[in-house]
Amino acid sequence: MLIQQLLNGLVVGGVYALFAVGFNLVFGIQRLLNLAHGAIFMTGAFVAYYTVAAGWPLWVGFILAAIGSGVLAMLIEIVCFRRLRKSGDAEFGAIISSVGASLVIMTVWQWISKTQIVRFPFETFPVIIFRFWGLRVSALQLFMAGAALVIVVLMAWFVYRTSFGRRVRAVTGNEKAAMLVGVNPNRIYNQTYFLSGALAGASGVLVGLAFNNINYMMGEPYLMFGFVIIILGGLGSIPGALLASLIFGMVQTLTIAFLPSGLTNAFIFFAMFLILLIRPNGLMGKEEAGALRGRR
Amino acid sequence: MLEIDRLEVRYSGIEALRGVSMTVNSGEVVAMIGPNGAGKSTLLNAISGIVPAHAGHIRLDGRELTVLPAWTVSAMGVLHVPEGRQVFADLTVLENLQLGETCLKSRPRRTTLTDVYDLFPILRERQAQLAGSLSGGQQQMLAIGRALMGSPEILLLDEPSLGLAPVIIAQVFDALRALRASGLTILLIEQNAHLALQASDRAYIIDQGRIVHSGASADLAQDDSVIAHYLGDLAGA
Repeated sequence: MLIQQLLNGLVVGGVYALFAVGFNLVFGIQRLLNLAHGAIFMTGAFVAYYTVAAGWPLWVGFILAAIGSGVLAMLIEIVCFRRLRKSGDAEFGAIISSVGASLVIMTVWQWISKTQIVRFPFETFPVIIFRFWGLRVSALQLFMAGAALVIVVLMAWFVYRTSFGRRVRAVTGNEKAAMLVGVNPNRIYNQTYFLSGALAGASGVLVGLAFNNINYMMGEPYLMFGFVIIILGGLGSIPGALLASLIFGMVQTLTIAFLPSGLTNAFIFFAMFLILLIRPNGLMGKEEAGALRGRR
Repeated sequence: MLEIDRLEVRYSGIEALRGVSMTVNSGEVVAMIGPNGAGKSTLLNAISGIVPAHAGHIRLDGRELTVLPAWTVSAMGVLHVPEGRQVFADLTVLENLQLGETCLKSRPRRTTLTDVYDLFPILRERQAQLAGSLSGGQQQMLAIGRALMGSPEILLLDEPSLGLAPVIIAQVFDALRALRASGLTILLIEQNAHLALQASDRAYIIDQGRIVHSGASADLAQDDSVIAHYLGDLAGA
């Protein structure tokens, strides 16, 4: 039972990782919190649903969801953040404008879905259960864990091992110097937001499949969880977000399984509190959080 | 090669440059000397597209640079080593140098990683280290090396001696001498007038946003009165 729950938690954590890594990527590069990330995630789920509902196979929906969410995130940066950044102090302004974007996107989907909960048709993803060593794992869970692992590893490789990643990190560290060596920061921002949004969209599809419940509010709890995860993992740290997501997924699953259900969130936030007491910058964060604290 | 015509730059109403005209010919090292706040860094920032020009023209081989963004200017081979080094602190020395190639795009490569390492051997030793962990002098070498990786048509150097120990300054200027001997075109900004005049062919003196004097560096170095007049105590620094 315990091992089964740990396994379930790992799968859930993998999906959180997709969500949180993109969230953190954007924070890492611009020091801005994109609070529309939950709405982008929800958009991914809806795009996949309507694609499947229109008769296309799931993989088409998956790809369209990733692309659509990526483009949406790119637009949010251009419309909501770019001018604010030019004016200087965007830290607080971006929070307000991205909440605004989030409300607009949610309202649009509420209108399209007529405030209904929609579900993927039965067997959109084949229901196959594997049993071994007394454990049960569905094909969907395997797919989720696999997709999360592959995408997160690809992301880390992209950021730390390719020339694209070098340019991203250069812009993150020193935008002016990056321009002087020939990097166009706006292009890097477009690409980074696209990646971040595509990851959110992909996790939206996976969550939509796993819980078979797609509605215009579904992004909100994930935004909250994502927030906890990137603070736990360390602001701006990709490996930190991955580690914190897996821990978060397992803790959440275990508390749901073994404690009264009302205590889940209390327990999670208590655990976050404890970890931050011991490691104020998160599990793998550098002085980032400290720097923010110092500026207040 | 680089031609600046009546350039004016304003920061929130304050005139930082009031009609600066100057030229840098191919293969020449030109020094721009002047006291703090005279507009030296502003001039380089305007050339490389970091700050917008309010009036006037900046041309490279007749092509207008004035309205281009910084990444396009560097892609044309105008490479700026900014004041205070501005290396990418969280990236390794090697990654910093690799980023220097970003602006190469369509231009042919003339400087290789080996050339940079031969010029600054310490960078080869430290190539896997984070740039932020280097000393000030090593960061200055890295910043110059990073610009060289983009095979500059013209190198803009902002105060390479700033905050460095005399022995390190000598090393940096030895490297500049080698670059000069190789025929590289350089516009050098310095507060240290004697150092700048030794390292250059011609020099301009800038004060309060205007060019107040110019001439061959050898002549200016002889003429203590000019330097004392415009630069005061800085002359001997």
